Amino acid sequence: MLKKILIANRGEIAERIIKTCSRLGIKTVAVYSEADKEAPFVESADEAYLLGGPRVQESYLNSAKILEIAKETKAEGIHPGYGFLSENAEFAKACEAEGVVFIGPSPKVISLMGKKVESRIAMEAAGLPLVPGISRPLKDADEAAELAGQFGYPVMLKASAGGGGIGMQACSTEAELRKAFEGNQKRAVMFFGNGDMFLEKLIEKPRHIEIQVLADKHGNTVYLWERECSIQRRHQKVLEEAPSPFLDRETREAMGKAAVEAAKSIGYSNAGTIEFLVDEEKNFYFLEMNTRLQVEHPITEEITGLDLVEEQIRIASGESLGFQQKDIVLKGHAIEVRIYAEDPKTMYPSPGKITNLKLPQGTGIRHELGVTSTSHVTPFYDPMIAKLVIKGRTRGEAAARLEEALAQYHVEGIKTNIPLLSEIVAHEAFKSGDTTTDFIQKNIVKTNTISS
Amino acid sequence: MAEIKSNMAGSVWKILVEPGEQVTEGQDIIILESMKMEIPIASEQDGTIAEIKVNEGDFVNDGDVLATIE
Repeated sequence: MLKKILIANRGEIAERIIKTCSRLGIKTVAVYSEADKEAPFVESADEAYLLGGPRVQESYLNSAKILEIAKETKAEGIHPGYGFLSENAEFAKACEAEGVVFIGPSPKVISLMGKKVESRIAMEAAGLPLVPGISRPLKDADEAAELAGQFGYPVMLKASAGGGGIGMQACSTEAELRKAFEGNQKRAVMFFGNGDMFLEKLIEKPRHIEIQVLADKHGNTVYLWERECSIQRRHQKVLEEAPSPFLDRETREAMGKAAVEAAKSIGYSNAGTIEFLVDEEKNFYFLEMNTRLQVEHPITEEITGLDLVEEQIRIASGESLGFQQKDIVLKGHAIEVRIYAEDPKTMYPSPGKITNLKLPQGTGIRHELGVTSTSHVTPFYDPMIAKLVIKGRTRGEAAARLEEALAQYHVEGIKTNIPLLSEIVAHEAFKSGDTTTDFIQKNIVKTNTISS
Repeated sequence: MAEIKSNMAGSVWKILVEPGEQVTEGQDIIILESMKMEIPIASEQDGTIAEIKVNEGDFVNDGDVLATIE
């Protein structure tokens, strides 16, 4: 097994990876930006090196510097975490060239699944159903209208370069679509310098359900059930749970098998996630594949008893999976909420200095933390400061524990989304498992000021 | 003369208008960036941009004046 690993990330996920490495007796190297000098992960690692300024180009995306430090410290592997360089095929290739193990799939697979169009084609060939749509940029509004007629309304218009919901719009009539096309294309050019637009059929009342897969380098691939991630704000996940309250055993297994087949067909290795949209009739459609560890991986760990970071390291070290599909348990229910430094009403970022932090403790409560009671939350990175993971024997027990834990979770000095999370968990629709992707818009926020 | 203010701490990612430019209510003037989010700041009225008080890359705080409009 790898003896020394550099963690090319920050915050809670760097802490998370260090924890598993320490348990396995693996030495850790942290890298950090000037803005993160005082961050807990810098302290937790066996060694830590400054990358550069706070901007990500100077620090966490500075692949040359990161590789240089890996070589100097004789780190045998690099764990990229999520975000930053985790889905950067060029970086994975550079690691390979320098003889450092990139803990993730091959550069070829990362590159393939990172492309919207190519990944759709590959997944369709592997037998995964796709949402009806167009796999090349639209010519103009006329073509959009013609295709929408074929797919049937409502449709979703998407900017190719868009992200975080910008440049995305649902349209239920041709007039709406034509107006949206002009407006969003202009916005996309202005924001991203690329006006390419795509169109697909809009799945109504969809759920976002993803399958975790693990594949070793010897042809063994398994799935670790699903995660339901439908509750989102601005197309970013807020609360995730496993198993999904919506799936029956038959659908769960069908999705799992389809995901395994898809992973095998592209020669996938390491941990990966296939995201699906699931409609009201439990039809599932391929959305995208994330070729890395997910933020919400702890809920899978809670129901299966596996440590996904450990599995990633073992796979990257060349080991075979130590279990088969039939050995993977699904026990209990787990829910994760993401604690964001943001205004719970407007959902605008709220960086600043934390003056007090009190965490709930008790049975079934797990914390993944990127901050301390004196941390300065800077505006340079993702607003997620912590994750609260709750386990129960049943969904009801987990939800009740979560509600109680949130009531005892205190962060002072900055605003957080905890009030929003409490509102979600207390809502009847959540309790009954009625969790579709419009949950927050429909049940919580009536005046979201951020366009999406 | 009205002021267009920042509603959060972050950096100025893009400035979309120039002094002297006519703008309408709801038109995006500046895009701020904070915590990996790009947040457009729109004009609250029709008018002419009098002055842009910030440069791209500047750090701004909640309540800072970004531009004035008349």
